[in-house]
Amino acid sequence: MLETAVRLDDYRTVVAGGTIDLLHRLADRVRGRSLLHVNSTRVGGGVAEMLQRYVPLFEELGVPVRWEVLAGNEAFFQVTKSFHNALQGTEQVITDQMLRSYVETNEANARILNLDADVVIIHDPQPAAMIEFHPKRGPWIWRCHIDVSHPQRRAWSFIRQYVVRYSGAIFSLPKFAQRLPIPQYLMYPSIDPLAEKNRPLEPGEIDAVLHRLGVPRDKPILLQVSRFDRFKDPVGVINAYRIVKKYDDCRLILAGGGAVDDPEGAQVLAEVQEAASGDPDIHVLVLPPTAHHEINALQHAAAIIIQKSTKEGFGLTVAEGMWKAKPVIGGFAGGITVQIIYGVTGYTVNSVEGCAFRIRQLLNNPELARRMGENAREYVRENFLITRDLTEHLALMAAQLR
Amino acid sequence: MDSREALRPFEFTACLELREMLGRSAWDERELLSGIEDVPQESIFYHTHSSFLRSRYLAAPYPNDFATWAAIQVRDRVLGERLAAVDPFDYSELETLRGELITIIDDHLGNMQSVPRIVYGESFHFMRSTIIEVPSGVTARTLEEFRDGLRRVDLSAIYFHFFEPRGRRDPAAPAEWLEDELGETQLAALVRRLNPYISSLDGLRDRLLVLCDQYLGAPRHA
Repeated sequence: MLETAVRLDDYRTVVAGGTIDLLHRLADRVRGRSLLHVNSTRVGGGVAEMLQRYVPLFEELGVPVRWEVLAGNEAFFQVTKSFHNALQGTEQVITDQMLRSYVETNEANARILNLDADVVIIHDPQPAAMIEFHPKRGPWIWRCHIDVSHPQRRAWSFIRQYVVRYSGAIFSLPKFAQRLPIPQYLMYPSIDPLAEKNRPLEPGEIDAVLHRLGVPRDKPILLQVSRFDRFKDPVGVINAYRIVKKYDDCRLILAGGGAVDDPEGAQVLAEVQEAASGDPDIHVLVLPPTAHHEINALQHAAAIIIQKSTKEGFGLTVAEGMWKAKPVIGGFAGGITVQIIYGVTGYTVNSVEGCAFRIRQLLNNPELARRMGENAREYVRENFLITRDLTEHLALMAAQLR
Repeated sequence: MDSREALRPFEFTACLELREMLGRSAWDERELLSGIEDVPQESIFYHTHSSFLRSRYLAAPYPNDFATWAAIQVRDRVLGERLAAVDPFDYSELETLRGELITIIDDHLGNMQSVPRIVYGESFHFMRSTIIEVPSGVTARTLEEFRDGLRRVDLSAIYFHFFEPRGRRDPAAPAEWLEDELGETQLAALVRRLNPYISSLDGLRDRLLVLCDQYLGAPRHA
């Protein structure tokens, strides 16, 4: 489904009163000062998706903003893929030739791209070394979107030599912070409440999607949305459901992306399908990456949302579920622990049994589930919406340009 | 109806918090203690006072980050409860508040056989923040306008005016304005006595509105 252009005023219907006025007043403090974002792709991936939405909103706020994209050949992106994996803790072979290729591509791009702006934000490791090859007119900030809590040392020490030249760095979670001689800012990622994945749906729209996906609405639905990946523990979710099912009737939906280019994902999907076989109340749905409307409808239809990850980046699917006013039961991992306030907006759990216990508790206490769901939506409204992210970017500009 | 008009209007100021990580963490309660001893005052302030800015509508189960970490992450309910009982608004100096926190944790550890540490939980990360002030554009010259402003402004303005430390003659201090500009000495005293510690910013706003209504005569709906 095509999404229409969103304007700032459209957010007045979903954010707290005064938020948009506050954004305009904050923008007054940096009005006319230019902002430049640099990343490595115009389409695909969370950063590009985020910038596509940010750029027009910054322009509407009167902040001249540009978005430049680093160009590189296939070999360069193979190198940065290895960096990406190494910085996220997977052991990689990184040769001197790879490092040279990385630096040369950054140097070439620094000469070609227009990097003049009052504030420059460089996203992720791919363009990080450009700072070496361009005279800084104002502050340059490195925004790291990946989990660098346990990086491979060689990769981090190589990137670090460039990171320390920045005026500051932004990480998504406190645990990703490093020992650095520059300020390290915390900015949580955010969801867009007006995007197709999160917009309000009419009951008829929800019914139509569930009907099309073959999911009856005759009993409470437990839902986990995630890739078929061992760290998301889909088999653990099925085991928790089986414990619950002995006492309480319900359905389980495991909805995730396809696994065409991911051999391990295909294997995990096969294991999940095997574990679910023979139970008509378990629905394993393999959806395309563009199935935002379907995911939205499933989240609206669910009674409880589960994200039982054992390892996680930030895990924004938790905020997506909370935004639909659902209580969320999440694994004690990554950013899930900052999204769920234990006992207030949901529960974090450390075991299959704990997950089953909390599901039963919520299924048998609809008032508790309703109250937690409402708290969850309010918590997301305050902390995990795109408007908060915009505000923090403007605050960062104001602080850096003081 | 109160009709006195202030010569100097009260200007509501909203604020934003730019959060900064200090790169220091604690994995057990002794490391928490060492961190509290060493970190800058702004970090003590961040984990006690300004945690209210991050729980605008919801009062979290424990009212400061140190208590929350001890109770939820270390699963040491006793220390969590003892730290939760520390009301940061009882301490006019952050160093005194720091000293109280240190004494509580030190005393607690002195009675333990081993140092409680996280097993399944997450480490504590010391942070601090920079507050960016933003004029809200809402001003008041009368008590009625003040009440209306309280109702309308972003909750960060409630935080800015009632939680941020400021001197007695600071123009942004609401109690001083009520007393000096409107002559509302009794109302100012009641405002000063409000303790925001147990509630959220939204809860504090409600209590302020009730107080204003009492002085304006007929109660009205927020």
